[in-house]
Amino acid sequence: MAILPLAGTAAAQQPAQPKVLRVALTTGIDHLNPFTASLAASTQVGRFIYEFLTIPSADKAEASPALAESWTTSPDKLTWTFKIRQGVKWSDGQPVTAKDAAYTFNRMLTDETARTANGNYVTNFQSVAAPDDTTLVIKTKAVQATMDLLDVPIVPEHIWAQIKDLNDPKTDDLSVVGVSDGPYQLTEYKQNEYVKFTANTAYWRGAPKVDELQLLVFKDVEAAVNALKQGEVDVINRLTPTQFDALKGQPNIATNQAPGRRYNEININFGVEDVNNKPIGNGNPVLKDLALRQAIAQSIDTKTIVDKVMGGYGQLGGGVIPPIYSAYHWDPAPAEARKFDLAAANKTLDDAGYLKGNDGIRVAPGGARLELRLTGHANRAFDQRTAQYVAGWLQQIGISVKQELVSDEELNDRTTAGNYDLAISGYATNPDPDYALALHTCAARPNTEGKGATTDTFFCDPAYDGFYKQQLTDTDPVTRAGYVKQAQARLYSQAVNVVLDYDNSLEAYRSDKFSGFQTQPQPQGSILEQTGYWGVYGAVPAGTQTAAADAGGSNTVLWIVLGVVVVVVLVGGGIMIGRRGKAADDRE
Amino acid sequence: MTQSLITDQAAVLVDPDENRGGTGTTRFVLTKIAEALASILLVIVLGFLLFRLLPGDPVAFMVRERPTDPAQIAELRERLGIDKPVLTQFWDYFTGLFRGDFGESYIERRPVLDMIGERLWPTVLLVGSATVLAVAIGLWLGIRAAWKRNSFFDRAQTGIALTLWSVPQFWLGLLLLVATGGLFPSRGMHSPDAAPGVLPQTLDVLHHLVLPCVTLLVVFYAQYMLVMRSSLLGEMDADYLTTARAKGLRDDLVRRRHAVPNALLPTVTLVFMQFGMVVSGAVTVEAVFSWPGLGQLTYDAIHGPDLPVLQGVLVVLASAVVLMNLFAELLYRVLDPRVRTA
Repeated sequence: MAILPLAGTAAAQQPAQPKVLRVALTTGIDHLNPFTASLAASTQVGRFIYEFLTIPSADKAEASPALAESWTTSPDKLTWTFKIRQGVKWSDGQPVTAKDAAYTFNRMLTDETARTANGNYVTNFQSVAAPDDTTLVIKTKAVQATMDLLDVPIVPEHIWAQIKDLNDPKTDDLSVVGVSDGPYQLTEYKQNEYVKFTANTAYWRGAPKVDELQLLVFKDVEAAVNALKQGEVDVINRLTPTQFDALKGQPNIATNQAPGRRYNEININFGVEDVNNKPIGNGNPVLKDLALRQAIAQSIDTKTIVDKVMGGYGQLGGGVIPPIYSAYHWDPAPAEARKFDLAAANKTLDDAGYLKGNDGIRVAPGGARLELRLTGHANRAFDQRTAQYVAGWLQQIGISVKQELVSDEELNDRTTAGNYDLAISGYATNPDPDYALALHTCAARPNTEGKGATTDTFFCDPAYDGFYKQQLTDTDPVTRAGYVKQAQARLYSQAVNVVLDYDNSLEAYRSDKFSGFQTQPQPQGSILEQTGYWGVYGAVPAGTQTAAADAGGSNTVLWIVLGVVVVVVLVGGGIMIGRRGKAADDRE
Repeated sequence: MTQSLITDQAAVLVDPDENRGGTGTTRFVLTKIAEALASILLVIVLGFLLFRLLPGDPVAFMVRERPTDPAQIAELRERLGIDKPVLTQFWDYFTGLFRGDFGESYIERRPVLDMIGERLWPTVLLVGSATVLAVAIGLWLGIRAAWKRNSFFDRAQTGIALTLWSVPQFWLGLLLLVATGGLFPSRGMHSPDAAPGVLPQTLDVLHHLVLPCVTLLVVFYAQYMLVMRSSLLGEMDADYLTTARAKGLRDDLVRRRHAVPNALLPTVTLVFMQFGMVVSGAVTVEAVFSWPGLGQLTYDAIHGPDLPVLQGVLVVLASAVVLMNLFAELLYRVLDPRVRTA
């Protein structure tokens, strides 16, 4: 009888195998310190461990409550008051209060290093204060439309206030980033190898259903795909169309094709200028003619590019905000859309006086031959194949294209200096449209030294800048979206770029081990690299996890390896000793 | 390179100072050290200039596809010191090297020396173990092949070695990954699930080491085998071997006691040269197996491009090659009496 309770204790002491979710990470981590972490994977880590004031919702990627339960703005839209959730605790037991949020933003205002990753959100801040534990008041200098989605992880003041230098390597340590309040808590970090998290059982939304989360660094996507097939990892993203197709229909593997955040485009050098309106670069002056640019744009068959170059894994292009952000995405109305039509383009050019020479190449009214350079990334398959298609189409409307695919740096140099005619480019966008729109404002152009440019197209247009400013200062979502769309329409009408497509993000996961990944936005969004933690937070392990079997398996393998090594050493040693013996006999 | 090194030795050989007893050796060692230092200095200067000549504005590159305002960009330029004249930049860089300051990575924004430091040990482990095994296997096979010249064994071994030598490492690595079907981990050096404690942790690293090490080994051993084979073939018709045989020594013994030691010299030099060039050999293998070593750091830095890291890696690697060369030259003198006493 006395044995029974003991047996019970023993059973209780044997905890169930932890349910581990392993994510393949094919991009690097620079820092864990949320103030300096800039790479995509590092910001993901920040999303897993820290809560934000608000986060983009899972269903629509629109502002939704997180640490802030609610928020209000003053009539002049310059003062924002956030009501901070009560009862939330840091992992060391201290309460999370409005003072932590105020500390985070004030640190960014006073410390240059603290602005490294998310500085653009606070440059317009006047003051940040926490009058009590549940109230955060932010005053801005001008109206700022991004206020309801400040993409800044809130850190604990009692930990970070002790750190004088945010470049201190210690800020990437568990002693600092281990104290958190997000769905997961960081427990181990081996630089360049992996990051390990445990579920935050006290998380205010409820504990994640997975006990442990691991991000495993893979430098080679092909090796990562192999690891997924063999069950070494559970989720993977950034697949190429070929890899994605190969994984489709594989047993126990599910694929997820999600609209991406990135647009691909061809920029047309319309006679670009620096920020003081001084012409720069060596672009072909014929491209200053809008009719010619329209004809070029009309001769690029974006559907063929999506189907043939992207293998169908992309969406047709319109404005610079991808359809994943449906509230701000803009497509030209059928009447104003440029349809692929080589005959119409030829006619336009005939009418505009660009006459074909004997070799089939047109000559501009001034006598310049229509010979254009097309530059792009030499090492990117997309650029290589797109360049070939575009050169072929333009040849058919009497424009000769010289393909100049160059190294990334060289391309960056050429496009920054305006030394191109046509350039293949593209940007990844944010849920807030401000960034994608800012890339085409007059102010984003380079200064006289050719530095400081954040422009994409070199576009500079008072009408566009007007729409841009209005969307920036209009806090009503509907009217703001209206300005955002008008700005895109204006950009489109000037044919300074042709948005080719929006890449899909291609992902795959082990359907035999996990389900319930919450995509963002729904129904068709991505699992990883969200602007939130929904994908990984929602993961549900399938019944009994195979982690136990895995661990056992890998141990068995270890012992096999060790056994083989021992056998080799023994046999080898035996042979050597045998030979030595023989040699001794033969000694002179 | 082996060749030039030997010619260099021959030049030293006829140096009249050599005959002045002990001072000759001291002088030889000092000259070699001075030459090595000069080479390293040259690498530092050329490396600096080379990376300044490359096109591209590093700051523009760093902020590409990220929202930044001009003030942030100006701060970055100032922080990286690239707003100063080139000569000042060089002086800062050069004096920095002596303080162990190799600059700051553009991408990770961490000290380059730290980044190189934490990657050094994994590479030394990987390339070191692969080299030791490759030398052992290569020499053994090379000796066998040469001794049984033109036999089936010789022809087969030479053929296999030449084939494996020309196999692309990343392809071989991926092939092994797929072929072993999950028996060995496909990434990194540590498993997050490994039990704590020295033995399980060591076994875990060994487990991770198997595939990348085998990949490197398969490609590495060929050159040792081929060099050893040709070098031994060169000795095989020498008179002293005939003498040894005439004394009635067993063939086995003639090979091990007489021929092999003499034929070993070029191989020893090769081993040291290879050690100097560890990283170049491991870049693709480290990338395939996500091995957190110097090769991977270089690979990432090239993709960046992260100039301070590339510059730092260049200085460290070039220094390693120069030092290993120096060491090989000195060792050669110790090993081969003909070089020492003219």
